Amino acid sequence: MKRIIAAIALGLSPLVTFGAGSGVSPMNANTDLTDQKSLQNGAKVFVNFCIGCHSMQFMRYSRLADDIGLERDLVAEHLMFTTDKIGDTMTAAMEADDASGWFGVPPPDLSVIARARGVDWLYTYLTTFYADPDPARPFGVNNVMFRDVGMPHVLWPLQGVQSYVKGERPADVDSEHFERIEPDEKGFELTTVVTTKDGNTTHVTDMLEVTVPGAMTPAEFRKTIRDLVNFLDYAGEPIKLLRFQMGYWVLIFLAVFALLARALYKEYWKDVH
Amino acid sequence: MKAMLTGLLEWTDARFPLTKLWNEHLAQYYAPKNFNFWYYFGSLALVMLVIQIGSGIWLTMFYKPSAAEAFASVEYIMREVPMGWFIRYMHTTGGSFFFAVVYLHMFRGMIYGSYKSPRELIWIIGMLIYLCMMVEGFFGYLLPWGQMSYWGAQVIISLFGALPFGLGEPLTLWIRGDYVVADATLNRFFALHVAAVPLALLALVVAHIMALHEVGSNNPDGVEIKKDKDLNGIPRDGIPFHPYYTVKDIWGLAVCLILFAAVLFFAPTFFGYFIEQPNFVPADPLKTPEHIAPVWYFTPYYAILRAIPDKLTGVIAMFASVLIFFFLPWLDRHPIKSIRYRGTLFRLLIGVFVITFIVLGYLGTQAPTAAKSELGFRLGELYFSFFLILWLYSKQRTTGFNYTVLGIVAVLFVFFDVIRFDSENGALMLVSSLLVIGYFVVFVLGSMYTKLNEPKPVPERVT
Repeated sequence: MKRIIAAIALGLSPLVTFGAGSGVSPMNANTDLTDQKSLQNGAKVFVNFCIGCHSMQFMRYSRLADDIGLERDLVAEHLMFTTDKIGDTMTAAMEADDASGWFGVPPPDLSVIARARGVDWLYTYLTTFYADPDPARPFGVNNVMFRDVGMPHVLWPLQGVQSYVKGERPADVDSEHFERIEPDEKGFELTTVVTTKDGNTTHVTDMLEVTVPGAMTPAEFRKTIRDLVNFLDYAGEPIKLLRFQMGYWVLIFLAVFALLARALYKEYWKDVH
Repeated sequence: MKAMLTGLLEWTDARFPLTKLWNEHLAQYYAPKNFNFWYYFGSLALVMLVIQIGSGIWLTMFYKPSAAEAFASVEYIMREVPMGWFIRYMHTTGGSFFFAVVYLHMFRGMIYGSYKSPRELIWIIGMLIYLCMMVEGFFGYLLPWGQMSYWGAQVIISLFGALPFGLGEPLTLWIRGDYVVADATLNRFFALHVAAVPLALLALVVAHIMALHEVGSNNPDGVEIKKDKDLNGIPRDGIPFHPYYTVKDIWGLAVCLILFAAVLFFAPTFFGYFIEQPNFVPADPLKTPEHIAPVWYFTPYYAILRAIPDKLTGVIAMFASVLIFFFLPWLDRHPIKSIRYRGTLFRLLIGVFVITFIVLGYLGTQAPTAAKSELGFRLGELYFSFFLILWLYSKQRTTGFNYTVLGIVAVLFVFFDVIRFDSENGALMLVSSLLVIGYFVVFVLGSMYTKLNEPKPVPERVT
């Protein structure tokens, strides 16, 4: 029995989540699928900033409207291109061939991105773009979560531009990697592990600081991204809430059934000695 | 009404052995009365098979086996087909539950010696079922056409490329039907997954049950109940399967379904173990995922494959680690069946094997590091040593015999270490060898110089 418990405990330790090899563990996105206001805001941000390049080819506008509590008319008026019909799926305006030319790779479809990456990863990724003056970077930005990412910092009008302010380092740095990231008043605080050439490691605190302000404060921007990621989570599995709700009833039914089955079994087995 | 039904039954019985089958397999099939927890898993495995076939049939109504459409059709099932998500999760959860249940069922066979005479054939047929399940799982995993589907299949098929004499490449080409995993591969895997293997599975399951009902069930005491019959020829310690075990198994099924529903509704991906995260990215032949891991039920064998630096040897070891179970009835020939009456060392041996299997399974999910590969290699050695010790324990061995076996093992294992030695992993190898040395000291010397391996008296009748 103990071995079974051990096996289950082992099973609960999640698989290695795959990032782009940055090593930092993502921040908690704290999303809430029951918060319809948040989902609505997320849908709005998605349509304003993402759908220009990224499709959501498995998500229909009509379903979106019904699921997150919006009138279909409103969705048609505010979230859709004029040529779209309410039953259409959410496809990007950009042609994949053009996109390949402009960005190197076509921007991925985002229907199930939250299932592939997880909400925490997406939240951390979308909030940690910073200015990178390296001329090799085509859009002048880099990302903590996804090193050398091909995507430009599309949300800069909201967030502004973050600068990477390095903390004081030892002279002979050999290698370094991110360890932890935490929100901060001005942006984010990054704990970096620095290994020197003689093999010693020290922790250095770096900052992502908003130096060119955008339309939002860092806290407002984080909330906006939380809403966006919440929406992506919903879109990744529209029936997620439904299956939780159904699950409780199914479990209650099965529990009652199990009790009856046990009573029947005990009754029959009275005459086995 | 009742007269009519009786009439219908008589009419049928005159034309088909309905009542006869019912009696032979249920109402007058006498099973030992002392079945415990471990005996639920046989009937549960049957239920899992039914769930897989039922949900699978519904999935084929909407799934499209083509490289261009497969991924989208799965999302179509998840979103647009009414309750499609429920059917699909039933199938994914069912796949993992089927394996979990069968592993527990096999473990039961191992601790109570259910594979021993006269049940060797039941065990062999069961192993064939297990092989079919592995093949079925492998084919099925390609169908969603995600990154892990694609690259997992790519890796496993490429294993056949390790075959010598120039056979490898043509064979992999023949399996895939293309130079990479592609549309042709998906189509044939679909055909095999939904028709060929399930047919074989069903036939084997019928054979498994027929063989079982011919010789009768073993039990936790490993005592044959047929040796002690009353005047009517009914075993004194037997009870009719129906209604006693049907009602008991319904209770077991209810508990199993609670766990099943908990996973299906609240954690269908089971933290990346039942559905792996990268499988939500469509298959891309040009982009290899950073870390390729098979689904959990294959990982112990995958760990053995990876632990061996030479590819062909690794492939042979991996297949051997599965196929060796076939020989269990002839490796373990100890006359006492049940773990209850065998020595303490036997219990310990089984316990260590379970831990070995689970840790190997864990290692198979992890990205390899030097330490993890080394541990994987040592546990691989322990994995095979388990079967050696089982054979050694089959009867009273002389001191000379034991030392000869120890000597051969030592030479063999040192030989393995010499050929895989390099200056990088030397220290690690030395430390990890303690694991193997300790294992043989406990199980071989322990059985020679202590009384820990002495069996206990077996009762005449079940307890």
